[in-house]
Amino acid sequence: MEKPILLDCRNVWKIYGAQASRVHAEHRGNPSAETLRNQGLIGAVRNASVQIRQGEIFVIMGLSGSGKSTLVRCLSRLIEPTGGEILFEGQDLLTMSDKELIEIRRKKMGMVFQHFALLPHLTVLQNAAFPLEIQGMGKAEREARAREVVELVGLKGREDYYPRQLSGGQQQRVGIARSLAVEPDLWFLDEPFSALDPLIRREMQDEFLRLQNLLHKTIVFITHDFDEAIRLADRIAVMKDGEIVQIATPEELILNPATDYVEEFTRHIPRSKVLTLGSVMSPGAVAGEVGGDLQATQRIEDCADQIEASDLPFRVLSEDGTVVGSIGRQVVVDILIGRKVLL
Amino acid sequence: MIRLRQIIQHSAVRFWTILFAVTWLLSQYSWDLYKVLDARWIIKYPAAARLPLESKISSFMQWLVEDASFGLFSFRDLTRFIASLIEGPYDFARDLLIEGFSVGLGNEAVEIAPSLSWIAIIVTLVAMGHYARDWKLAALMGGCFLYLAVFGQWDSAMITLASVLIAVPIGAVGGLMLGIFAYRWVVFEQVIRPVLDLMQTVPVFAYLVPILFLFGFGPVSALVATIIYAMPPMVRVTILALRNVPSEVKDVGVMVGCTKHQLMWKVMVPSAAPMLMVGVNQVIMLSLNMVIIASMIGAGGLGFDVLTALRRLDIGGGIEAGVAIVVMAIALDRLSQAFATRVAADHQLDPDLPLVKRHPWTTTVLVVAIGTFLLARLLPGIQSYPEAATLSTGTFWSDIIRYINVNYFDTFEAVKTAFLSYLLLPVKRFFVGIPWAWGIIVMTMIGWRVGGLGLSVMTGLFTAFIAASGLWDKAMVTVYLCGVSVLIASGIGIPVGILAAQNDRANRVINSLIDTLQTLPSFVYLIPVVMLFRVGDFSAMIAVVLYALAPAVRYAAHGIRNVDPQLIEAGLVSGCTPRQLLWRIKLPMALPELLLGLNQTIMLALSMLVITALVGTRDLGQQVYIALTKADSGLGIVAGLSVAFIAIIADRILSASAKRAKQRLGLTS
Repeated sequence: MEKPILLDCRNVWKIYGAQASRVHAEHRGNPSAETLRNQGLIGAVRNASVQIRQGEIFVIMGLSGSGKSTLVRCLSRLIEPTGGEILFEGQDLLTMSDKELIEIRRKKMGMVFQHFALLPHLTVLQNAAFPLEIQGMGKAEREARAREVVELVGLKGREDYYPRQLSGGQQQRVGIARSLAVEPDLWFLDEPFSALDPLIRREMQDEFLRLQNLLHKTIVFITHDFDEAIRLADRIAVMKDGEIVQIATPEELILNPATDYVEEFTRHIPRSKVLTLGSVMSPGAVAGEVGGDLQATQRIEDCADQIEASDLPFRVLSEDGTVVGSIGRQVVVDILIGRKVLL
Repeated sequence: MIRLRQIIQHSAVRFWTILFAVTWLLSQYSWDLYKVLDARWIIKYPAAARLPLESKISSFMQWLVEDASFGLFSFRDLTRFIASLIEGPYDFARDLLIEGFSVGLGNEAVEIAPSLSWIAIIVTLVAMGHYARDWKLAALMGGCFLYLAVFGQWDSAMITLASVLIAVPIGAVGGLMLGIFAYRWVVFEQVIRPVLDLMQTVPVFAYLVPILFLFGFGPVSALVATIIYAMPPMVRVTILALRNVPSEVKDVGVMVGCTKHQLMWKVMVPSAAPMLMVGVNQVIMLSLNMVIIASMIGAGGLGFDVLTALRRLDIGGGIEAGVAIVVMAIALDRLSQAFATRVAADHQLDPDLPLVKRHPWTTTVLVVAIGTFLLARLLPGIQSYPEAATLSTGTFWSDIIRYINVNYFDTFEAVKTAFLSYLLLPVKRFFVGIPWAWGIIVMTMIGWRVGGLGLSVMTGLFTAFIAASGLWDKAMVTVYLCGVSVLIASGIGIPVGILAAQNDRANRVINSLIDTLQTLPSFVYLIPVVMLFRVGDFSAMIAVVLYALAPAVRYAAHGIRNVDPQLIEAGLVSGCTPRQLLWRIKLPMALPELLLGLNQTIMLALSMLVITALVGTRDLGQQVYIALTKADSGLGIVAGLSVAFIAIIADRILSASAKRAKQRLGLTS
């Protein structure tokens, strides 16, 4: 059964330029790209609709200028969208009063920023406790909670350091700790690892997955790095020129890219890391001898050795144990060496 | 129109040459022209067409002070209220530092508590120096203030310090608040920006007159003038600092659910704090810069000493008090800079330590203050520095100047005469000869050529305003003095800047020299110059050149150093000699920066020029000064506005040129 929707974003627009909202309204909330160009307007986000479900990692992927950062800022209402609806737990964020919005941000949202955005005059502990301080929580209580999150992100012992004394990776850990201090339901991460070196970035991704395994937050994660998106996402929305081109799981993206643009991204991704047996097997029961049984949800990468070592095909089982298909050595080898396969 | 413009643009050199030639001819022969045509309006703006601004402003001020009322209270009550707000804290600071607290008036005054002893004050400053940075700064602070005590400047210095102590917090906090308003409301910023522009270009003298009118002669007027003078940069710095806070940091504040108030005071202002402290440093320096000028409307202290010495031509006394101001300026500048760059201790102090150990300096200061208070009963030398132990350098300075004057008088006189007859006078004749009508036409044309229609309308109107106020001749004297000074300042400053950019060791020496030059209050330049060259245009020019040198050096060095290293490498690979590298690559690429430096040089030159009215120039500055002595608000404001307009015209034309140069060099992003 699908999880309930936490954040429902419908037909959101962000248009920059003079009289943007008038143009938006005049075209019944759906001006074409041509109209915008003629009016000298820039459509930073165009007609974006996404549903983010409880507990999933939803990645918004796009190159710079694709509108992904604008979209996430619309979702958190850091930027006022030109049109559309954004329902958070059924309430429209856009019609909410400032007071209600402040309340939701204080209790239910957290955000991590690309350049860490730590307050330079506060220590690690004070930075982590900052959201709680803003809510008016007492000093002892908020520092106790801050200590917990600082420890959670692995910075125990550095509570009294100032941001300038930390490396980039450590600073972002503080940023993560701060965003988690209020125990948010919805966690925005805006290119959190883009400003870090590749090795540190990898380490932080692992750290992020570890945290998510503990915390099971609902996450909106922005990145321009397709590898990162594939690695972390439950579902990915690919953006281009302000529009969402495709929303799909990593596997679907690779198997059925909606446009040439998306395919271009998927081309260099090692398929064995993404594809599962279920999506590449030959369907139907197998007759004759088999090398063994494998699960349909297993990734090729994880069982490639086993299949390759055997002359016989393997049976592929669904979750309830019924045989749904078979897979042989040839398919696995094709995928591993990146040969075009008709699937 | 467009075609005309194209033609002109194709012949930039021809445009400027023809313009100059025509101007020169008209300037040379305007008198003859007037005789031949019998048209006096050529050389003299017709009196009938003059704007009656001066008398209008004067009568308005009169009305404001005598009759204006807001229903419940009159304008007079308002100024009295403001005065009382400032006077209270000022009196307290003064009592605390030097006068001692007393009750009652005049002869019946009974002292109830003495002021802080000089020892306690020095210890406090040393403590602040150590707290802000290190022992070196503490020693500097101690040395500077000990100097003031030993050389007999203590009493005056404390009065000056008291006014700085009042003016700086009001100026800084006021500037911060205005800056925050401007940051929050765009409309407010649009209103305040031109006012700030004007405030920084109108000479201080111009608003001394109305302040004198509103608040009367005395320390309050002086403080009000100081605050008005010192506040604009703080407003600018605040707007800039808040804008420079990374947008993500602001987003953090919003995302954690800050209210508007929390966002400003818990996120924006603390993040902008280092830059805001630079603004506070500016406020301090400008306040000190004002002490001498402010003493014309009633501030006592060191400024008053300098002013009286200048008026009496008391060489020694003037230099003594002037040096004391410099010493104080250096001490306060370094101290406030140290606070600006101070980083909090890396680890927080152990809160379990006893209070005394956690705050060793506060404790020491308290102990010394109380200790000296008690000991002063027995030894008066502890309360105030014993007079017998003071040294005076006054006679020493007088002797030096006398010696120089006796032995080198002829040399100095020869230099002065040479400058006057070969540079100053010809240039003066050229500018003063330009007929006002042609002046308006020239400025309109230059504005159009450099910045298009909008700029040409502005430069034309401003020039016309000056002519219509009947101040054309005085304005031309200002332009000539400013022009010559800027020429010389650039002629010295730009090569020095280039040297600083290319040679690290020279850079260090030049930088510290320039730093010191910039710390000095503008008046200080006048003292030695007047002593050596007496009053007149030449003395004024030297003082202006010294004062306006710094930006020429700074911008030249900065411009050369910022030339894209790849371009230099490209030059080297193509086989440029160092000389070719400089002339073919570095200088052309640094042109926009050089123009900005020129712009700043002109601004500083104009502000100094007004002050040199004290040494007998006959320009707009003199008009403002006359207005001050006669308390003529109208004349003061109109002449002040004229100076401001000259400054604004120069600023806009040079900024437009710099922008064009940048575009041509492809430096705009």
